[in-house]
Amino acid sequence: MADTIQSILKKFRQNNQSFLIPILQSVQEKEGFISKAATERISEHLRLSKSHIYGVASFYSQFKFNPPGRHSIKMCLGTACHVQGGDFLLHALEAEIGIIPGETSEDGKFDLDRVACLGCCALAPVLMIDNTIHSRMSVIKLKETLETYD
Amino acid sequence: MTEFKAIQKKALQEWLSLQNSPYPIIYVGMGSCGIASGAGEVWEQVHKTIKKENIKAQVHKVGCIGPCYLEPFLDIQKPGLPRMSFNNVDVQRTGKLVSEFTNGTGSKHKPLGHLGPQGKQINGTRSFWDQPMLKNQVRIVLRNCGIINPENINHYIARDGFKGLLKALNHGPEVVIAEIKKSGLRGRGGAGFPTGLKWQLCRKAKGNPKYLICNADEGDPGAFMNRSLMEGDPFALLEGMLIAAFAIGADHGYIYIRAEYPLAIERLKIAIQQMNDLELLGDNILDSGFSFDIRLKEGAGAFVCGEETALIASIEGKRGMPRSRPPFPVTSGLNGNPTNINNVETLATVPAILREGADWFSGIGTEKSKGTKTFALVGKIRRTGLIEVPMGTTLRKIIFDIGGGPLKPFKAVQTGGPSGGCLSEKFLDLPVDYDSLSQAGSIMGSGGLIIMDENTCMVDVAKYFLRFTSNESCGKCVPCRIGTSRILEILEKITAGKAEVKDLEILEKLAKSVKNGSLCGLGQTAPNPVLTTLKYFKDEFLEHIENNRCPAAVCRDLVEYRVIADKCTGCQKCVSVCPTGAITGPRSEPHFLDLEKCIKCRACYEICRFDAIAGDAIEIV
Repeated sequence: MADTIQSILKKFRQNNQSFLIPILQSVQEKEGFISKAATERISEHLRLSKSHIYGVASFYSQFKFNPPGRHSIKMCLGTACHVQGGDFLLHALEAEIGIIPGETSEDGKFDLDRVACLGCCALAPVLMIDNTIHSRMSVIKLKETLETYD
Repeated sequence: MTEFKAIQKKALQEWLSLQNSPYPIIYVGMGSCGIASGAGEVWEQVHKTIKKENIKAQVHKVGCIGPCYLEPFLDIQKPGLPRMSFNNVDVQRTGKLVSEFTNGTGSKHKPLGHLGPQGKQINGTRSFWDQPMLKNQVRIVLRNCGIINPENINHYIARDGFKGLLKALNHGPEVVIAEIKKSGLRGRGGAGFPTGLKWQLCRKAKGNPKYLICNADEGDPGAFMNRSLMEGDPFALLEGMLIAAFAIGADHGYIYIRAEYPLAIERLKIAIQQMNDLELLGDNILDSGFSFDIRLKEGAGAFVCGEETALIASIEGKRGMPRSRPPFPVTSGLNGNPTNINNVETLATVPAILREGADWFSGIGTEKSKGTKTFALVGKIRRTGLIEVPMGTTLRKIIFDIGGGPLKPFKAVQTGGPSGGCLSEKFLDLPVDYDSLSQAGSIMGSGGLIIMDENTCMVDVAKYFLRFTSNESCGKCVPCRIGTSRILEILEKITAGKAEVKDLEILEKLAKSVKNGSLCGLGQTAPNPVLTTLKYFKDEFLEHIENNRCPAAVCRDLVEYRVIADKCTGCQKCVSVCPTGAITGPRSEPHFLDLEKCIKCRACYEICRFDAIAGDAIEIV
């Protein structure tokens, strides 16, 4: 792990706060979440306190602080998705995999998050699993869609 | 400049050889929405078929052409004919189309339209632009979307690309600013501030270096105009940025873009690289002495960062919290230096104004709102997608003529995202421009239009928006942080059937205080969805409160699901979709629904209505 963080930090100048968000984004991309250990390393690199870093990271909805599941589900809760039944879909999804947004399932298979809008409003409601967007979803198609992932 | 003439000539040659190609050219619509509808598989199938059958053809990806409900699109251009467009293609049909249509045996495949001139039939096919959804549009910003390959700068150059920039460089910054002022262009991000004036203020401001920021943090849920534009024609935005930077005297540019738009980011990166290669970015652009570079900054997911001072804080690596203005960013912005912030669509409109002239542009639209505006037409409507219409077009024309109207009776249209409002049927003849919409209590916003029908609960919609704004409130000022939460609590009480009529008074009072007392645009506009629904749909609020009934059967606490025993065919379809096992019963006998286990997710109701064997036997009361 230490080497991954090191290779990321190498790309950014030290002591410059404007690199904080790009660093956090790179760390999350490589490791899936922002760990305490990573925060410590970033803190040394930028000379910002750990609490300061957590303050910035937790302000933005992109950053996670728990290890993700094998598959990440992002439920779109944009207005178009809401009007087309996105809320019902999230409700059924929570019951189906037994977790609420922000959590990872016990078997480590799925983690669930809501996003404000994926920008596929014309195909609402949509949800994204890993990098695939499932368009025109419905509560009826939910089970069969989830079964295609292992 | 002579160098650019050579570049233009080469680009034009490439474009013309594509138009007059002796071999078929195949285009696949590869915007995010196209890919979500399966364009990726179509793209692969096209390549497979060409390889397998040894067809001589070129394949190009294009952006989104607009009617998302017809995605994925596959266009085939044969020698001597314009592009023929096929809609809703799948993998199987793609294989057949590519092999049969290209070798001339595919006459049974009827294209949706040809991309040749409007009003002309070719081989019995009407023009794509004559469809009801497209014939009422005026495409200025979107003119290249779906037409050019967004990853090939030569396509853009061949279609008058960078002519606006050349004009700007020839005439000097003052003339550019005068031209933009004369055109009447106003900010497309929502507030409608005159663009030329903003540029002038920034040009006059003291401080070095100056910055230009493109706000591509399209945060409004239900809006995707900027995404489509950046994916379909990234060069128009970048040319607009060059012109703006030249006019205000900026040295560095940033595009602050949402991380949720990976494809737009990728296309912009490619476009920036290609512009660097042709020396259209960097030092001494086209030997004019003007230098400019553009960097991408990925947003990390905070709606408030659409506010310009919060956006600047975020670029500086801080929490994205707004600060009070003045000083405005044009005098003291990024790192304390003069900073000009414009929206994607505003900047992408600029090259056309310079190219065609301010008079041409101001001839389109209304007295105070000039030009065209793009809208994302979504929700309960037949033809969903991205459109561009002249300012002042009525809501009725947009919703019914272009969008084909909703399937069920129309109830409301929501404009302006979480900062906007819900307008009822009586506003259908309202011309869409900045001033008419704000008079009605809504705002233009960035351009999301969400259509709602009788199955939408307006109290639930208001609750939805307030949940969003209270989540996204940055917490800096009290009226917004606490006010939006309190408003949300009252709305939750109403949808749970626990409110009293006097709560509506408190709701309205509170909404007005939040509107007047908040620091930034987020809080000042957050109550709009509540105030407009209260004003135009008060009956629905009262129905929830007085009769404990949700007329649209949306609010979970006020409805119950039941199996109608006489209608139930016992097909067990509902049993298979229920996530909690609330429905049980042997095959061919009426099923039993356990209300204790039921989470009211609608799965059984939907499948019972739409499955052929089932009998529409589940009711929501």
